[in-house]
Formats: sequence, structure tokens, C-alpha cells
Amino acid sequence: MTWEDDVQSDDAPSTTAKHGNDGDLKRFSRAVTINRDHGELYRFWRDFSNLPAVMDNIISITVLDDNISEWVAKGPGGSAVKWRSIVTEDIEDALIAWRSDDDADVFNEGRITFVPAQGDRGTVVTVVMAYDPPAGFVGRVIAKILQREPEVQLRRDMRRFKQLMETGEIATNVRNPAQLAEEGK
Amino acid sequence: MRALAWHGKHDVRVDTVDDPEIVNPRDAIIKVTSTAICGSDLHLYDGYIPSMKAGDVLGHEFMGEVVDVGPGSNLQKGQRVVVPFTISCGSCFHCGKKQYSACDNGNPADNQDIAEKAYGHPMAGLFGYSHMTGGYSGGQAEYVRVPFSDVGPLVIPDGIDDDKVLFLSDILPTGWMAAENCDIEPGDTVAIWGCGPVGLFAIQSAFLLGAERVIAIDHFPKRLELAAKFGAEIVNFEESKTYEALMEMTGGIGPDAVIDAVGLEAHGFFADNVIDQIKVSTFMGTDRTHAIRQAIIACRKGGRVSMPAVYGGFVDKFPLGALMEKGLTLKTGQTHVQRYLKPLLAAIMEDKIDTTFLISHRMPLEKAPEGYKMFHDEQDQATKIVLKPEMFEARAG
Repeated sequence: MTWEDDVQSDDAPSTTAKHGNDGDLKRFSRAVTINRDHGELYRFWRDFSNLPAVMDNIISITVLDDNISEWVAKGPGGSAVKWRSIVTEDIEDALIAWRSDDDADVFNEGRITFVPAQGDRGTVVTVVMAYDPPAGFVGRVIAKILQREPEVQLRRDMRRFKQLMETGEIATNVRNPAQLAEEGK
Repeated sequence: MRALAWHGKHDVRVDTVDDPEIVNPRDAIIKVTSTAICGSDLHLYDGYIPSMKAGDVLGHEFMGEVVDVGPGSNLQKGQRVVVPFTISCGSCFHCGKKQYSACDNGNPADNQDIAEKAYGHPMAGLFGYSHMTGGYSGGQAEYVRVPFSDVGPLVIPDGIDDDKVLFLSDILPTGWMAAENCDIEPGDTVAIWGCGPVGLFAIQSAFLLGAERVIAIDHFPKRLELAAKFGAEIVNFEESKTYEALMEMTGGIGPDAVIDAVGLEAHGFFADNVIDQIKVSTFMGTDRTHAIRQAIIACRKGGRVSMPAVYGGFVDKFPLGALMEKGLTLKTGQTHVQRYLKPLLAAIMEDKIDTTFLISHRMPLEKAPEGYKMFHDEQDQATKIVLKPEMFEARAG
């Protein structure tokens, strides 16, 4: 997959193009400015075992080696869905790219970049993701298992990432820990 | 604990709900000693604010005693604090600019979706004010969980009565910011629509910030009387034509700055208002905006429009042409409460600002539903209702 779109005539990110994003791969992105140094943010993300703290639908991520990790996501009725993710590119303090291995039920890949923001505002963190929308009945069931709306999940996860990095905690409106547990967090 | 919960339009009840506990490191638990019903609570009561759920605990003006703290709080048990209605993290870009009500992080991630869709960006979390602003349990309760307690709550020195400082939580800073947004210059006349609590505090604030004259507009005699007590000239819009009166009173110039302290429930039998009201009641979705329209039309050329009043959605017939052609500046926003706490506490302690005059009724938390009805139905006499959870405890004990 190409991350940059060289046929565009403007400076807008290719994921915001009005046309041409209707191929086999669904691509989407989310940018957020986080008031922290890019190295700190990169290091948090690069240790994938940190990510379930900000990703609501991920139960666990087991780091198998430097480049391979096993992800377990929430499924319906308390079930779990697993896949392996492989790091395909890694530039310290700047970029991490990954894709699912060939056995994944739904092919998915992504890239996160950490770029110092203008005007002392911290770091612009941009995630671009792509997945192969599953076909047929089985595919639809799997899509449900893997969150029907990956874009919604991404934007919420990015907000939680920002909250945790900027404030040291993730904002919640529950009244007590029991309610938090009820919500499965 | 006991808490005032919203169940629907004109239906609020005191329910028994789960006690709050520390959840996040920077939390504190406050035992509420005083909590007020706000004019904007009436917007919830009247069902104008979307994203409410049955059982939501209301209340965003409160103070009390710290009874528990997380490891990241800088408060200590036993301290008395006033809590800002805005839940702000203190560490994001906006908090760094003291734009606390625009905090990026105070609103939980999932709740931010609603405002991002409606307004383009999510705003800070607020206590007890719908799920768009966080879905947080509010302060009309015995206890409240206060997130980011190292940023918001203001510690009150011993010996100062609750009634003097309670309004630091919302309406006093809101009235002050309304006047500050007028960029008052020497010799200025400021006209204020609405002599509710915010309008009355805006009058005092405008004089402190150097206004030469303040003209206050309302139709409730008691409220106009209070406005006059603070030195405002008053216009009763049921007895006088507001625009004509303002032009005569300012020698045809118009007020240099205008404040809309009314918001989306403007009263009065004006054609635009009646149409707005029909649209609201038939869910055609428009705010009732007579006050802001009239304020813009009356404002002098090159003047300033300050809008502390709460609006939620879209408006019809907004006089955009007048705003442009007359070169007006419009400033508005939810109050950046944390920015004003310390200077306003000092002003209270130096007796520069009077706050206690406002309180017309004090009652136990258990009587909150009656308080809502009274504040809603008897706006002339019920200027401000303060609920005291400990009055309930004393009665029960």
C-alpha cells in the first residue's frame, strides 16, 4: 500500500481525498497534537505492551520479539480474537509501521508518525491505518468482532493516548472503581 | 448517598445512588456543604440540552470539605474548597493558555464524540451537565468525585462563610469574564440584558473594570431593584421600548459594549421570540435568541458584544449583517473559571464584590425538587437557591 498519494494536486493528506479511497483497502487516519516530547511518545508506543491502557477493545498485547507481537481483542459474549502484528519499519523517535501476518482474519496495517509540532506545542502524532473489509457473512461477523467502526475506535484511542501522556491518567466519568470494572475498563 | 437526579423534563428527584470513591490518581472526594441551582440547570430541567440520561446527577455549583484524596492530588483531608464547574487537566495546550473551558482532556474520550460532531471540537468536561460535556456526576449530592483536583478546587481560608464564596464555582467568574470580554474603556456605557445572577455579577464587575455607566434590562421588578442597588440604570422591557430607551439614554451613540446574560430561554412577547418558541416546541431546533439580536442591534458602531449566555445549537435570523457592517467584536465562551478564582476570592475578602445578597432561599438537599420548581416558576422572588446537604443530616440525626 502507498502511504502518500502522488496524484493529488493539493497538500491535504491522501486519507482526506474525496475520491479514490474506495479500493479494496479501507484507509483512514487521525492526527492529534500531544504536549510532550516526540521521543517520549515514541518510546511509549514502541513498547506495545503499553497500548492496551489506551486501546479500549484490546485485552492484551504480548511482545514476542522486537518486531512481532500477539494482539488479543475483545469479541462478543466475552470471546477473544487474536492476531500477530509485525513491525515493518521503525525509525527511532519518528515512525513505526506494522502489518498483520498472513494468517490474520482481516488484513490490517498501519503507521504512526511523531513529528515535533510548530510553536512549542509538543508533537503531532498521526496514525494512518488500512484494513481489508471482510466479505460475506463470516466476514461481517469478524468485522463486528474487530469493532464495526475502526475509525471511531482509533479516534477514541488517540484521545486516551493524549490524556494519559499529558495528564498521567485517562479521564472517566464513573463514580467509583466498581463502575469502572462494570464498563470493562 | 443522596443525590438530585434528572429523570426527564420537569422531573428531578432525590435518589439514593452509589457513593463516589477515588478512581484516578489526581481525584479528590468532596463532602458537599453548599450547592446552588444555576440558571443553566433550568435549561436541563426544561429539556433544552441534549444528551441527558435518566439518573444523571445534576449540579455544577458546589463547595465542601475534602474527605479523600488520590496520590496525585495536592489537597489535604479536612480542607474546605470551592470547585470550578469546568473539569480541566491543567497540562494541555489550552490549559497552558488559561483557556480552561477548552481543555482537551477533561472530557472522557468516548463522550468527546458528541461535541466534535456538533461543534467541530470537544470542550472541557463539566460537572452534572449532560453527556456531551462528560457525563460527570454533579454537586447536588452529599459527595462528589472531583477529577484533576490539583488544578481546579480553590482552598478557602478558615472563617469565611460558604455563602460568601460558593459562587466562585461558576456565576461570579462568569459575570466577571462577561465584563472582561467587554474590553471596557474609560467613559464607556455597558448595557446588560438579563439581571439574573450572572447579569448582577456582571454589573458589579463592569463598574470594577472601569465602566462609567451600566444599563440593566429585565422585566422582573425584584431583579431590576437589585441591579439598581449596584448602581445600574434600569430598563424594564415590559414598560419601555428597549432600543429606543438605550439610544435616548446614550445620546444616540448606543452602548459601547453589550452583554447577553439571558441565553436560550429569552422571555418576552416579541415576534421573533414567539417563532423561536414554536420551533423549539416542535423540535425544529433553534435557540430562542431575542436578547442577543436586540443587543447587537443596540450596540454602538465598533462596539463589543459579550455573550456569557448559554446557547446549544443553531439560531435563525441572527443579525450577521449588523455585526459586520457596524464592525462589532463578539466574545463568548464557557467560563475559564480557574483563571479567575484567586483574584475574585481576594475581591470578596476585600469587600469589593458582594455575593450573599443574591441568596433568596436555603433548603436541605431533600427539598431540591421543590427548589427547582420554585427557581423555574418564581424567577422574580427566587433569585438564587442554595441547597445544604447537612441540613438534611441534621434533620435526620
